[in-house]
Order: sequence, then C-alpha cells, then structure tokens
Amino acid sequence: MTRHLTHLKRLEAESIHIMREVMAEAEKPVMLYSIGKDSSVMLHLAMKAFYPSRPPFPLLHVDTTWKFREMIEFRDRRAAELGLDLIVHINQEGVADGVGPFTHGSSVHTDVMKTQALKQALDKYGFDAAFGGARRDEEKSRAKERVFSFRSAQHRWDPKNQRPELWQLYNGRVRRGESIRVFPLSNWTELDIWQYIHQEDIPIVPLYYAKKRPVVERDGMLILADDDRLPLEDGEVPEERLVRFRTLGCYPLTGAIESSADTLPAIIEEMLVARTSERQGRAIDHDSSASMEKKKQEGYF
Amino acid sequence: MRAEQDPHAAIEAYLADQAEKTELRFLTCGSVDDGKSTLIGRLLYDSKLIFEDQLDALEADSRRQGTQGENIDLALLVDGLAAEREQGITIDVAYRFFATDRRRFVVADTPGHEQYTRNMATGASNAEAAVILVDARKGVLTQTRRHSYVVSLFGIREVVLAVNKMDLVGFDQAVFDAIVEDYRAFAAELSGDLNVTPIPVSALDGDNVSSPSGRMSWYEGPTLLGHLETVEVDSDLDGRPFRMPVQWVNRPDLDFRGFSGTIAGGTVRPGDPIRVLPSGQVSTIGKIVTYDGDLASAGPGEAVTLVLTDEIDISRGDVIAAAQAPCQVSDQFAVHLLWMQDAPLYPGRQYYLKTGTRTVPCVVTDLKHKVNVNTLEQLPAKTLELNEVGVGNISVSDRVAFDPYQDNRTLGSFILIDRQTMNTVGVGLTDFSLRRADNVHWQALSVDKAHRSALKHQKPCVIWFTGLSGSGKSTIANLLEAKLHDAHRHTSVLDGDNVRHGLNRDIGFTEADRVENIRRVGEVAKLMVDAGLITIASFISPFANERRMVRDLLEDGEFIEVFVDTPLEICEQRDPKGLYRKARAGEIANFTGVEQDYEAPEQAEVVVHTVDVTPEQAAEQLMDYLRTQGFLEA
Repeated sequence: MTRHLTHLKRLEAESIHIMREVMAEAEKPVMLYSIGKDSSVMLHLAMKAFYPSRPPFPLLHVDTTWKFREMIEFRDRRAAELGLDLIVHINQEGVADGVGPFTHGSSVHTDVMKTQALKQALDKYGFDAAFGGARRDEEKSRAKERVFSFRSAQHRWDPKNQRPELWQLYNGRVRRGESIRVFPLSNWTELDIWQYIHQEDIPIVPLYYAKKRPVVERDGMLILADDDRLPLEDGEVPEERLVRFRTLGCYPLTGAIESSADTLPAIIEEMLVARTSERQGRAIDHDSSASMEKKKQEGYF
Repeated sequence: MRAEQDPHAAIEAYLADQAEKTELRFLTCGSVDDGKSTLIGRLLYDSKLIFEDQLDALEADSRRQGTQGENIDLALLVDGLAAEREQGITIDVAYRFFATDRRRFVVADTPGHEQYTRNMATGASNAEAAVILVDARKGVLTQTRRHSYVVSLFGIREVVLAVNKMDLVGFDQAVFDAIVEDYRAFAAELSGDLNVTPIPVSALDGDNVSSPSGRMSWYEGPTLLGHLETVEVDSDLDGRPFRMPVQWVNRPDLDFRGFSGTIAGGTVRPGDPIRVLPSGQVSTIGKIVTYDGDLASAGPGEAVTLVLTDEIDISRGDVIAAAQAPCQVSDQFAVHLLWMQDAPLYPGRQYYLKTGTRTVPCVVTDLKHKVNVNTLEQLPAKTLELNEVGVGNISVSDRVAFDPYQDNRTLGSFILIDRQTMNTVGVGLTDFSLRRADNVHWQALSVDKAHRSALKHQKPCVIWFTGLSGSGKSTIANLLEAKLHDAHRHTSVLDGDNVRHGLNRDIGFTEADRVENIRRVGEVAKLMVDAGLITIASFISPFANERRMVRDLLEDGEFIEVFVDTPLEICEQRDPKGLYRKARAGEIANFTGVEQDYEAPEQAEVVVHTVDVTPEQAAEQLMDYLRTQGFLEA
C-alpha cells in the first residue's frame, strides 16, 4: 500500500492518523502518560500529529507513590518543557489505608494504586477516550486487542465481544459513561521503539541507561534502593552495581539488569542479543500465565 | 579506519540498514486443524523472536496442554487468550511481528471456523498478501473457498497457497499437484484475479518455511519466507489521483489554517490544483506542513497538514482531491456488505455510515441478494445475518465523496454503526454510484409547510403513541383527536391496524417487516406534517431505532413521543382483541411482549401511566402539553 515508506515512517504515520481520529471524534480525550519509553514515543508522536498546534488534550499520570524518583522528575520537566497540562492522580483512599507493595504484595498494590486509581481518575474527569502506550508485541492477550478498545461504563474489557476494526476506520462512538482506550503504538515492537527514539533523538528517563546504582538482590530480582521505604532485612546492605532498567514501573516491583549500556546504540545492541523478553522484569506478570488478560478485563491498562 | 575505532560502528550500520526496511502486512487463514498457529509459531521461532523466558513458559505449557507429546508445541506461542487455550482454537484476530534482514512483517492471524468470518475480514482489510493454509490430507475444503472469497472481495491479489502437513502424506508431489489444480480451478471463478503461489510445507518440522526442504526435492520454488520477503505487493497508489480525507482542521491561531489527514492515494506538491468534495470548491496547495519541516511532495500513507492558497470552507469529512481527477460524489450506492453482529441487518433501518473521515446516517434501501460464500451462489435475501455477505443499495442522508473500492480502499470502504449501541455492526465496499442522486431532483415548492399551517392556526406535528398491544394507545388517540376537532384543529390519524389493511397490507410481522412498516408510516406522517396537519400515529413500534428514524425524518420539535406505559400483565389481562391469548397459544408468531421484546422509550416527551389515569384524563394531559408547547394558537 505504501511501499516507498520505510517501516518506521509507516508506523509513525499510522499512529498520527489514530491520534487525529480520536481528537476529532472524542469529546474529552486524555493521554495516559506513564513516563516510560513508550510514553515518550507516544508524546513525541502527539507533538507531530497536531503540529503546529499543541496536543489538544492533557496528560494523566496515575501515580502509585512508588515510582522511581527520577521518573517523577522527568515527568514534571517534560510537561513544563512542552507546555502541556499534566494531571497527576493518586488513589488517596489507598494512601490512607497505607497500601504499598511491601505491606500488601504486588497484586493488591497494583490493583488499588493503579487499576482502581485509573478508574477513579477517568470517572472524576469524565474522559471518554484515553490514549495508552501498550503494544501488541508485549504480551499474548495484547496481541488480540483492538487499536480502539471499547470499555463498558464499569471500565471492563470483554475480549470475546470486541468491536470489529477494519481498514483505518475506527469507531470511537460511545454512550454516556462508556469509553475507549486507544493504543496508537499497537503495531510497534520494542525494537521499533528504540530505533525511533534513536532516530528522533527523543528524551527518555535516565534510568534506561547503565549507571552505578545501589541495589539489593531479592528472589533473583535486582531492586533499586530508591528511597528509605525499602525495608532492609538483617544484614542486607544495598550494593553499588552497574545496572539499568529495560522497563519502568514501581521501583519495588521492577527489576534492574546488570548492564554497561550507557548509550542508545549500546542499549539497542544489548536488546538485539537479549535472551529474555522485556516484561520479564515485572513481578505482575508472573502470577499466572493468563494474569495479564485477567487484569485487563478488570480495567488495568 | 575511523569507523573501527567507534565501538558502536557496527550497530550504527545495522540501524542505518534497518531504517531502510519496508514492511509487508499479510494474513494467514486456514481451517481449524490446518496448523496455522504452528506455522506462525515456526516463523517466529525461526526468526529468533522467541525469548528464553517465553521458551520456558512454552515448555511448561507444552507439557500441560500441548498436543505434541514431549516436543514443544509452537501453536501455544500464539494462541493468546485463556479461553482459546482451553478450547484449543483461535477465536480472534491476533497480530504478530517478526523481521528478517530484508523485510519487517506484520501477520494477522485469523481464525478458521465458520462463525468468525468477520475476524478474517478484519485481518484482510489491512493486508497486502494472504497465506491460505490447506491440510495436505484434506485438500481444498469449504473453508478454503470461503477464505479465498473474502480475500478476493477485500482486494488482496497476492495469495500463497501453503499446502501444510506434507510430512503426513509422505511428501508426495502428486498430492500437492492435485490440490493446486483443484484450487486454481476454484480461484478462477473469483472476481479478484488472484496471483496464486503454491508452496508445499511442513510447519511442524519447518520444511520450506524458512529453509528449503531436503525431503521435497521435486519442489523448486521459493520457501514461504523467501517468497514473502520478495513478493511485490503491487499497489500503484502512488500513480493514482491524489486523495486526502480531512481528519482535523488545524487552527492554532488566526494566522494558520491547515487541513490534517493521511494521504489515501496519489502524490501531492505545492502548486497542485485541488478540488474539495463534496462541495466542489477549487484551490491550490500552498504548503505541505509537518513537524519535521515543509515537504516538497508527499505520497500515500503519509500523515500531513495541507495549507491552501485560498480561504475556503473545509471541515472534517471533506476530501481534498486532484482538481483534474476528483473522486465521485453521491448519496446512493451499490455496495457489498458483510454483516458483523448477531442482530440481523434490516433494510429500512437507519445506521450511521463512516467512510474516510465522514459519518452520516444511512439506510440500506434494497437488498438484492446474499452470496453463499462457500459456493459463490446468489440467494434471495430479506435480511443479512452474522457473517453473511450481501449485495444491495445504500442511501446516505447527505452527499459524500467516494471512489469504488477496487480503485481506492480508503475511499471505497465503510463501516455501519448501530445508532443505539454504537457498535460496529457491519462493513461494506462501494461498487458504484447509483447516480440517482444526480437525476432525481427535489421539486421546489412555492407554498410550503409554514404557509399551510398558518392557514390552520396550528403548528403541525406528529403525536406518536407507542406501547404494548392493549396498552390503550388507540383509545387515547381517538379521544385526543375528538378534543382537537372540537377545538377546530385540523388532524389526521394513522393507526397500526388500519394501515395494515391498505398501505402496508403486503408486509407481515417479522422484525424486518416491522422496520419497513414504521418506515412507510414515518414517510406518510412527514407528508401529513408538510400538509400542516396535527398527525396522530398509534403504533406498537417496539424498536427504539425506528422511532428515532421517524423523529429524524421530521424537523426538531415536530415529533412528540407519547409512551403509553401499561405493564404487560395489565395489557394481557385486558386483552381487548384476544391477541395475547392467541399468542400464548402459539397461534400468533412474533407477538410483542410474548416473543418479541418491546424497547421502552427512555426520553419520551410525554409518559401516560394508564394504571393511574383514565383515558379521558390522559387525553386532557396531552391537550395541556400541546397548548403549553405552542402547537395550538389561540
């Protein structure tokens, strides 16, 4: 169809098309900004899609209060540099109940501080369309998700009853209370993301680059001692190691990898010879092999 | 050399190389046990896209659920949803990604069994090539024919016939040749002029998938992957006339006004003359604006913002086209339709139609026939059910720009959206304009509705009574008309039973017939309103969609929906015509409230609770409403 376009140019154009469709059809769109590399790419694409206008929607960050400090700094700096509205939502009930990954475990923490918090924020502001940075290559159940993914008024995803999606004719119509999650990066792979960051010189959180950082090793995961909320066991001392992160989330749930890749080409090179997939560093996926699908049905992104 | 001193020279060179890669999107289709998931698993496995942790999970899964004994079951790699894994079938379209040194691939993995044809169409709509799997032991099956038909209908020309499980037929050339011959004979009947490449493979063992098989020396053609890497998907969109549906008017400040969209065909340069459709206004391209700077030209698939040299009125849904070769404009089309939901398509019912970036109300005016996708036989049809393909005419409420699907996939495709649920319920391909749009002109009238109603000192309207049989609609309607008559108002009544003796005596009570019944009554009511009359209509009218259709036929404020809200038990108790008794006895089919649902109005202008008020009081309630809303002048 577009054989003269390189595949990155084609992916870029497709994502821009999707964003413009949402903008034109939704009443109140929002971009879920998770601060990671995919969000950085999504934001960059939004800058392109509406140029010379600015992206005509706010960014929403659901802050679990356990994100890496460098993520939060990066978030605030980027929003200010680009002159965009940034909404930060925290589940205050969860905070009042003292919910956290160390006290409640990863699945309760994720459910309360992320899934429930996201629903709260969408309801509070009445957003009828929300951009997310998920990619189909990340995980098996995501491979089946639509670009425009319909959610009921209860934010549920029904994998057996998805809207047909043909050509580039997206149906963004919903009834009151219902909403659409939109995934402009659906057809990108992890390698595409890195290549594009390299090609376009897109700023990313420094945690992706290797650096000496204080970590402790637990259950085979290298956990960054990012603040003093990390409970140290007897005799446990954070140790300086040369590490970086392939994926970013809540620091207690995100494992670092030992690496010396401190430039983009080095990161890409490392990725090309990697022997494990990127979600492997996330505690949440290990629960059961169908866990992501279940979480999505409940309203997790 | 300097390059060797740079530790990243190799990776930089690799990235530069990668940046030049193109992409092929293809779909795979086959019957349930043809080994489709195994084939895709094999492609991912051979292109080393499976990571160690995934392999670990796969080995564990293979032991638990696999069908390959001690071996890894590659199919488990791609059977994503838990529900599918339990059933051992693929139930939805899944997209997979892999790359070789020559190309990057997106695979739409689509299910084979009958009830999910809609998913195959979904995969086909964005694919440039198709791999159709056939089990060497079974040959060309009904499903193979269906898949090929859908592939050709959706405009795919490049087809690979992958004859799989060759290991199970002893790698016998005669088996392969017979299947190929059989398939070619069938493919010749298809309209699409398919370019078929047959390849014998064993997905399980990898024969002829990415490397040539040592066990089929008689086969001299390319491997599957080798073919996909080199196949030219010959879409000459570049050389076609320029088209861009406008997605969004880009207006950051008073000095800039651009039109953002994705180019659907042709190339465009500053200075090119353009025509905007459907309005027909002409102008010239001033600039092609992008975030990365203005472009000297742009082609198909590129997302750009066009600035024109003239200030003309353009909005979302318009198409900017080459001035010398604009697309067509019409409001009536001959189309192919594929129905995508359980509730059938009813001709006469209104849906939204979205084509390009334009969304307009539409009606399927005529269903000519449906197509048996297994035999290509044409069958008469009154409705279309899930997964059925039909040919018919569609009428849209406003003129839209289009190209026939065979000329331009973007401007020749559309989806249909249900006006209640907002679901995508069907899709279609535009074949040609019926051109009646150009030939049937509205007769301009010098005396209009306003003149006629002024003479009667009233505001014309339709008072639409809806409710179950026996709810009291006709009784109240009669009383209301008597009161209006006494007040010297000019009225007319359309009653459900009465129109069925005349205007609608040729139609019955199926869902499709009920839709048509209300459509005709709606049109007659509109004529009566044009005549200046206060029109009283009394119909069960069980579907919200049709009541909305009548509302939309009229001007704002002319449709007064009166919901005669009587509980089913009471109606059945009253049973003035003895109909409920007959329905319960099975003597009347499709009776509302018994076999067919009644969709109660959510926002009726007036609700009458007959349990609490007498018919006389109800009629008086309506007179009050008409007075206070200004329908009756003093």
